[in-house]
Amino acid sequence: MNMPLTPQQVEAPAFGFHRLQKVFRSKDGGDVIALRDVGFDVRQGEFVTVVGPSGCGKSTLLRILAGLERATSGAVMLGGKAVTGPSRDIGVVFQAPVLLPWRTVLQNVLVPAQIQGRDIKVATERAMHYLTLVGLEKFATKYPGELSGGMQQRVGIARAFVNDPMLLLMDEPFGALDAMTRETMNLELHKLKERTGATIMLVTHSIPEAVFLGDRVVVMSPRPGRVTQIIDVDLPRPRSLDMINTDRFGTYVSGIRANLNAAGGLD
Amino acid sequence: MNSSALPLKTPPSASNDSPDGAVTATATATPKAPRETTGLTPTRRRMLMVGFFVLVMAIWHFAVLLLEVSPLIFPGPRAVASALVELFQSGEIVTHLGVTLYEILAGFAFGAIFGLVLGALIGQSALLEAVLYPYVVAFQTVPKVAVAPLFVLWFGFDTTSKVVITATIVFFPVLANTIVGLRSAPRDQIELMKAFTASPWHVFRMVRLPQALPYVFAGLDIGIVLAVIGAIVGEFVGAQAGLGYLILQRNFSMDAAGMFAILVVLSLIGLVLHSLMKFIARRVIFWTDAFTDLSRGS
Repeated sequence: MNMPLTPQQVEAPAFGFHRLQKVFRSKDGGDVIALRDVGFDVRQGEFVTVVGPSGCGKSTLLRILAGLERATSGAVMLGGKAVTGPSRDIGVVFQAPVLLPWRTVLQNVLVPAQIQGRDIKVATERAMHYLTLVGLEKFATKYPGELSGGMQQRVGIARAFVNDPMLLLMDEPFGALDAMTRETMNLELHKLKERTGATIMLVTHSIPEAVFLGDRVVVMSPRPGRVTQIIDVDLPRPRSLDMINTDRFGTYVSGIRANLNAAGGLD
Repeated sequence: MNSSALPLKTPPSASNDSPDGAVTATATATPKAPRETTGLTPTRRRMLMVGFFVLVMAIWHFAVLLLEVSPLIFPGPRAVASALVELFQSGEIVTHLGVTLYEILAGFAFGAIFGLVLGALIGQSALLEAVLYPYVVAFQTVPKVAVAPLFVLWFGFDTTSKVVITATIVFFPVLANTIVGLRSAPRDQIELMKAFTASPWHVFRMVRLPQALPYVFAGLDIGIVLAVIGAIVGEFVGAQAGLGYLILQRNFSMDAAGMFAILVVLSLIGLVLHSLMKFIARRVIFWTDAFTDLSRGS
């Protein structure tokens, strides 16, 4: 399904999917449709969250945008160009922090800058800037093994920001964290987004997380993975954790849950 | 989990998410696991080590004494100790020790470098693995003792043939471990690098190589101990100097205590080299516990 652009939207979208299809060939020779006819555009500076149960293809969607997987058919556009592989304009955060244990926190944050041959002096300043934003400036010379899970994931976020990417992709970045750390991280990510104005797509299976963080929530249902609903989250920014207990927040959450239930999503 | 039942290639995270929010943590940063400790103070541990040594010596001493074994066949610890002292006092051992140490270290260096380079090539290329690896394994299957006479034939009675034999023995464990090590990098670490537009060279240098180091050092550790055996095997086949040559000499003169003394020296060489390797490994691959003694609490 294709969501039409609103007329007042003159600027080019940051990225967009158009009639995207992904079919996996399973071992027994049958085809499994992971994504069917997915299409939506995301504005510059927008925070879009994709929510859905396992098997709905939301991670596949993100991986296609990151250039780690090819779509079977359809188009993926990033900054006006078709995505053909990993892009220098994208920063990624996975569920596991995936830090290199032999590098210090700062050296880990610098990995993308080194890969892309950026000026290391400039990159180091930026790395320290983002480490400060995630509250880890004092841990720059520590090794990942000395950090807690939540701190490691914050290093991963700083790393994703270090090249000032056009677009930040986050695949269940807080999925491995405990509930309390997760809430704190949500708040921090929200603040980071407010300060940097980055365009972010975050994939999650937590409906409250999707609502709390997103300007828009893309709801997906499984087998075949498709977009069933795109919701504008009309909650004031900056958002605070108290907001989670408001009726309006609850309405969004229950609305999405009902939609997923109707699609047979939450089994 | 439904997604794991599907026989398709799903991203690592997909198998971990579930609607109820139950998530398995995937620890890829290999955080240091809580270490088992023996609960001993260093002093008490050292005392136990010394005590055990004394006990072994005592058993040896009294066993030889009570069983009335001829010292020509099985000498007691005192005879061996005095032979050892004699060996060093006469200065006889110095040249032989030097020759054997040279053979061990040179052979180890060549074998290790060859194993590392070939391991890196095979670890990176499926083609090279298919073409080369069968020959490597076939060669490894041949007992080096059996080919040693050939090497002496080709490279002479001098140290060169021993260096070559040692190198061929060291080569394989280093090679095999390098190959496994280079392939041990977690998939999501490599994916992340790719997402940041890393070239295969970046992935190799920044992830695969460091990730392989604990395996490589395990291979080097096996290699350095095998190198001692390699040098002695070579000297047994035909040599004019070295500790192996010295053992044979003592054997001809029915000097069992002297042979034992040289065996002690050889064991000490192995112990020292192994400790040295562990010492280096602990500093190079500081992020893992692979070479840390269990008794060393963090």
